[in-house]
Amino acid sequence: MTELAENPLVKGLERLPVHPTTLVIFGATGDLAKRKLLPALYNLAHEGSLPERFHLIGVSRREKGHEDFAREAEEAIRAFSRREPDEKVLEELLKEVKYVPGTFDDTKLYGRLKEELSAFDEAAGQPLNRAFYLSTAPEFFPVIIESLGNAGLTRDERAEVRVIIEKPFGTTLEEARDLNRRVLSVLDEHQVFRIDHYLGKETVQNMLAFRFANSMFEPLFNRNYVDNVQITAAEDIGIGSRAGYYDNAGALRDLVQNHMLQLLTLLCMEPPVDFSADEVRSEKVKVLRAIPPPGPDAVFRAQYGPGAVGGEEVPGYLQEENVPPDSTTETYAALRLHVENWRWAGVPVYLRTGKRLARKVTEIAITMKPVPHHAFGEEGSIGVRPNQLILTIQPNEGVALSLGAKIPGNRMRIRPVNMEFLYGTTFMSQSPEAYERLIMDAMRGDATLFTRNDEVEAQWRIIDPIVQMWAQDKTPLPQYEAGSQGPEEANNLLLGDDRWRAI
Amino acid sequence: MPGGTIDGVWRERNTSPAAIAEAMGRLLIEAHETNRAYVPARVMNLVCIVDKAWSGEIANRLRNVGRYHPSRTVVCAVEDYRTTLDAVATVAGPADTRPGGFAVLRETVVVTCGPRHLAHLDTIVDPLVVTDLPTMIWAPHGHPEAVDALRSMSQIVLLDSVAEPDLDDALHRSWDLSSELYVVDLAWLRSTPWRERIAATFDPATVRGDLNLLSHVGVRHHPESAAAALLLVGWLASRLDWEVGALLTRDGPAATRTGKAHARRQDVAIELEADPTMTVPGLSGVALAAASGRALRLDRGTGGLRVHYRRSGRGHDAVEREWTILGASRGEAGILGEGIRQALLRDPTYKPALEAALRLAG
Repeated sequence: MTELAENPLVKGLERLPVHPTTLVIFGATGDLAKRKLLPALYNLAHEGSLPERFHLIGVSRREKGHEDFAREAEEAIRAFSRREPDEKVLEELLKEVKYVPGTFDDTKLYGRLKEELSAFDEAAGQPLNRAFYLSTAPEFFPVIIESLGNAGLTRDERAEVRVIIEKPFGTTLEEARDLNRRVLSVLDEHQVFRIDHYLGKETVQNMLAFRFANSMFEPLFNRNYVDNVQITAAEDIGIGSRAGYYDNAGALRDLVQNHMLQLLTLLCMEPPVDFSADEVRSEKVKVLRAIPPPGPDAVFRAQYGPGAVGGEEVPGYLQEENVPPDSTTETYAALRLHVENWRWAGVPVYLRTGKRLARKVTEIAITMKPVPHHAFGEEGSIGVRPNQLILTIQPNEGVALSLGAKIPGNRMRIRPVNMEFLYGTTFMSQSPEAYERLIMDAMRGDATLFTRNDEVEAQWRIIDPIVQMWAQDKTPLPQYEAGSQGPEEANNLLLGDDRWRAI
Repeated sequence: MPGGTIDGVWRERNTSPAAIAEAMGRLLIEAHETNRAYVPARVMNLVCIVDKAWSGEIANRLRNVGRYHPSRTVVCAVEDYRTTLDAVATVAGPADTRPGGFAVLRETVVVTCGPRHLAHLDTIVDPLVVTDLPTMIWAPHGHPEAVDALRSMSQIVLLDSVAEPDLDDALHRSWDLSSELYVVDLAWLRSTPWRERIAATFDPATVRGDLNLLSHVGVRHHPESAAAALLLVGWLASRLDWEVGALLTRDGPAATRTGKAHARRQDVAIELEADPTMTVPGLSGVALAAASGRALRLDRGTGGLRVHYRRSGRGHDAVEREWTILGASRGEAGILGEGIRQALLRDPTYKPALEAALRLAG
């Protein structure tokens, strides 16, 4: 056979080929699988994006047959898919689905799994790539990976084997290191895909395009022009039925350690040599390494108290079902960080996240330095304000730039006006769910939107001292009113004349 | 736009482009004053030139394109013997808006004009399109003089090579337009899933070399979709550096086109066959065979493409399998929606495929 270094037929195609794959979901009957993973797989099938040979195996503790699992998967897809399922596609997708029950530390489970995988390989007449998706409680991650290794399922000379690991990747630096050590004792780093679903969001990926495809902004992104950066991830909802998880995690672990630090690194990273997985991730790690852990005066936490949201009275965190009345878990966290490198030295980066705040918004606000001389009178107007560039991640995804403009009339009065770009008005298309993109990337072996081992440890290096400090302090937390802008005390983190943006 | 809409409507008989443009501006301001959540979409202008008698059918097709739609649609409805312009302008938005959110407005202008206006249609349409947005022309009922008049103010033309009565004319017209505009050809888009699957089949390094050993390509198509079949073979020829010439045509209900392409190592037999059982435009099957003994057949099926794979050999080396590649049919409305979406992308492989298709058509 003659060799071709590249496939000449892929040029111009939007959907790149993916090698035939069997995807195994551990925790296949769990909430994430039902709400996100199975609907994502259906939507990929609907669009013709799945590999031409694709098989799905569900693994979970509950005893059930293949048909039962297929029926449950169908129900989940009907309930949570972003589009109405096409009956034929749905039927074809689930026709050969397999289910393997068992506890994750049971060696027999892996024997049965191996049989199912081999049967699919046999039917296809070729070794299919294998992707193991760990959508389980985090304590099972090392157990499953080590068991897969012991069963000889993590190496195949004729096919790629990849493991996708859900968050959280550890709850402390020590745990993250230990988990990395155990994972990498079985797998090579290129086989590991640590999920941070924020990276699968179109608007997060657009931050790279915004920064590196527009020459007008990049020259301003440094200490000479930027006064401060605020990253906000506010939610208007409470903890709902997630008390069990949330009271162990808290706002810092739930959002800051992963999603918010990802946003920070994308905003502050240097231009990579190219957009390959390792080049991008190496630049992100450099940013994380430049951030010293914040001291006690640069961090703040609080809990929501009773209040009103959307006109309805809501309970405080300590009154929520299944929350211990003496809980010191934070539902609000604010940090002041500094990226101590040539570009960002001296620019405070404020992070805040909270539940039961005034509204749901995730955004990055970059406040530019004020003009050096105020030539315009302030009388009768708001006056000249520093320009702000706002990157809104959700909802109403877009970019806004505040500018000073003259108020119509015969006096020279200035007020800020907004120049806005909204994704929804310019790209009428519906963005794919983050999980659709991430599952495809993992099956294709593209790790750009996944967290590397050194990256996750670098994130924990910043956050872990705060976790340890807060764990030792059991005094009741300051309360903020549900539905408000958050606790007043968070203002103490701000330097000089800096102010939190209204949520 | 599900869930009810709010429409601002303006209409005037014997009107002018300037009056229409002013009315559109006013409607947008009124909509925004009614509800601050309303914002104009700014994606693309679509200029449709249609026969007035069939404008309802085209409006229906555009309504069904789903989530991909232009932000401003200018419909020039051509009515015989008309000498003046009538216009209806509409700005529509969803009735329900989310607190703190925004709702996108869709703008439509229907201008009824006469054949005498077509040679200078640009002077009517230019004031009506949103400046700085790309403009796409679509003339599903012909009117080439109108398309030519709009060439200089447009960037994209949407056409359907299989909708033209004459195959040669269709391909030559597309080639002519592609010298100035980016051509989005629905016949090409109908072949996208087929091209993706052929590319995927030969993507693994172990079988990629078979692309150099292809010895037979067969395509079955709707009797009026020979253009789509030629474009698919043209795509293979242009991507794999085949030399191609005119195919031999046999007319009839199951018309065929046969011939040979010259690849670097061997000739490739080409066989195009009309499938009278096919009820929708496009392709019904593709068959590829390589000198290595591998053969692949893709057939249109329910829930996706049905694949038949065969590898000849002795004993265990001989393999024969069938499976389904998942994917929902997009339907004709979906194809049109895809055409609108593709207007803002650039596929560098269409023009070389078209050039090869022209040679195959003779």
